[in-house]
Amino acid sequence: MIHKLGRISIVITLATLLLVFLVLLNLVLGSIHIPLSEIKAILFTGEEVNRIYENIILKTRLPQTIVSLGAGMALGVAGLLMQTLFRNPLAGPSVLGISSGSSLGVAFVMLFTGNILGFTFTSLGAWGDFAVVFSSLIGAALVLALILFISHRIGGTLSVLIIGVMIGYLSSSLVSLLKFYSPEEDVYNYVIWGLGSFSRLASERAMMFGLITVIPSILATFLSKSLNLLALGDRYASNLGLNIKRARFLIIAFSGFLTAIVTSFCGPIIFIGVAVPHLAKLLSKTSNHFYLILNAALLGAATALLCNLLARMPGMEQEMPINSVTAFIGAPVVIWVIWKRRKENRLE
Amino acid sequence: MAEKEILHINKLCIGYGKGKRAKVVHDQLQAKMFAGELVCLLGENGTGKSTLIRTICGFQPALGGEATLLGKDLLKLSEKELSKMASVVLTDRVIVPNATVEELVGLGRSPYTGTFGILNDEDKEIVHTSIEKCGILHKKKERLSNLSDGEKQKAFIAKALAQDTQIIILDEPTAFLDMPARVEIMQLLRQIASNSGKSVLMSTHDLDLALQMADKLWLLSADKGLLTGTPEDLLLRNEFQTIFQNKGIEFDNKTGLFRVGYDYNHEIPVKGHGFEYVLLRRAFARNGIKTIRKAEEDTTWLEVCKNGSTSFKYFQNGECVGQEETIENLLTLTLNNRG
Repeated sequence: MIHKLGRISIVITLATLLLVFLVLLNLVLGSIHIPLSEIKAILFTGEEVNRIYENIILKTRLPQTIVSLGAGMALGVAGLLMQTLFRNPLAGPSVLGISSGSSLGVAFVMLFTGNILGFTFTSLGAWGDFAVVFSSLIGAALVLALILFISHRIGGTLSVLIIGVMIGYLSSSLVSLLKFYSPEEDVYNYVIWGLGSFSRLASERAMMFGLITVIPSILATFLSKSLNLLALGDRYASNLGLNIKRARFLIIAFSGFLTAIVTSFCGPIIFIGVAVPHLAKLLSKTSNHFYLILNAALLGAATALLCNLLARMPGMEQEMPINSVTAFIGAPVVIWVIWKRRKENRLE
Repeated sequence: MAEKEILHINKLCIGYGKGKRAKVVHDQLQAKMFAGELVCLLGENGTGKSTLIRTICGFQPALGGEATLLGKDLLKLSEKELSKMASVVLTDRVIVPNATVEELVGLGRSPYTGTFGILNDEDKEIVHTSIEKCGILHKKKERLSNLSDGEKQKAFIAKALAQDTQIIILDEPTAFLDMPARVEIMQLLRQIASNSGKSVLMSTHDLDLALQMADKLWLLSADKGLLTGTPEDLLLRNEFQTIFQNKGIEFDNKTGLFRVGYDYNHEIPVKGHGFEYVLLRRAFARNGIKTIRKAEEDTTWLEVCKNGSTSFKYFQNGECVGQEETIENLLTLTLNNRG
């Protein structure tokens, strides 16, 4: 126990340090280099500093950093919950169909309303942003409610998984139908939304977003005992005193909530939710979900911050879409994990 | 001996579904189990062994009747209550990434731990002794994926021990194991029942092991329902024959064990005794030749000779026509002479 706890605490400490380091890098690096002393002055001491620096930090980099951190943490934890619940290494936050629900909601508002009412969505301005988040939340909430209802009434983990995937197919087919009949400009905007971004929220909203992602992610540790038991299979879990239906309901609700929030404010972010849990398991080498959740939260936040940093590398004209970066980071991680397991001869 | 009744099944009806569409597998099942007993549930595939086990474990509802565990209605217990009364070892393939033996056995303490499932010193002590009792203390820190099938099964039995329940229920714990591992698992369960006073109920296909090690057998068959009793009483009542009739299994009342039933086309008298005779008999039986005791009037027979080294003689018309050192050659000789 001692040597294992040792490994876990080392991993968690290192992950925390990495996270802090990446937060600082996210503030310092960018098209304009801002020295640490200036950042310290802006954030903590309140001394008189360069106005431009202050604007960049407070209006752009800090909100982006907070959003990346929160989104990455939420997706890492949500993905871990799904992988354990479905006992499937390829499961992630998207398997419940919640991000598809979000996408459909957004597509409906962006593409359909304009079509019917006879104006392009972009002409709406600020009201448009609000409508996007709102419709996305509605779409995600409806799918989550449906999934929870199914898990409660029908039971069976596999049926939830299949229905989640089917919802994904259905909504993408509806979305392509909407795209087909929409003006080019709206379709372009929808595609941009689908590429994901951590920079859509201004400072106060970013703080709010940070709170409603980080706090539930940490609270997910309360599910760790249920998750540990569920990993043994439904029957063993129930024989060890777990109320399977209730546990499953809570896990889906938690994971669904986190995914819904992130997707609504950042768009469907891919790969972080699938890759990070693997990384957490591989590094901490424990089956105890208390540590796995903490680890997935820290590593998820770190990964998202790294992706955000890469997306706006200094010297580039424009920011890259976040999803193309997450895929480049995430896919190799998944391949590496599979490769490593194959070598250790345990394809679990 | 005043025995403590642990499990009592009364007119239990098991099956699937409910209401009109219910499919009854067995009705009117009757059985009792006492403290410190090892009970083996035997029956052919498809007779409902697993259904019965699952019903007793609370994984599926009974269609009717009663089952009481320690005087409480088993069918109405919550998962929480049941988890402290009955522990299970299942055939489900369990893949927990990274889990070690210690972590798995630690999960056996779940019914007693708090929100985060943290083990206190007493829990850790119980985990340690459970692993020790199962003889895999040297594998305590090992990952489950690095264990052999037998060791994995022992780890799950240790988990059941750590759960500290009066009854341990196992669904075919010896399936997929090789012979030494089967014997080891059976001996382990026998020890648990005898030493700790826990009751062990296991379903199995290992007839021979069950006959030798179990206190009671529960025989489940499609038409006769559940028959219970000590192995010996069941043998005296000839219950096995009725269950396995026409299935190519015969009970050998010389050895007290079951063996494959052969189709005999010939008979041959044999003179001799001992281990050599038993083996010779088996080799010939496999080839469709039944060996019988040599009578005075027989003119053709086989003889087992033990003058220092073993040899087999073939007599025809009262004269020795051949002598062989091995059973294989004797068999060839016999088959040739018979044409």
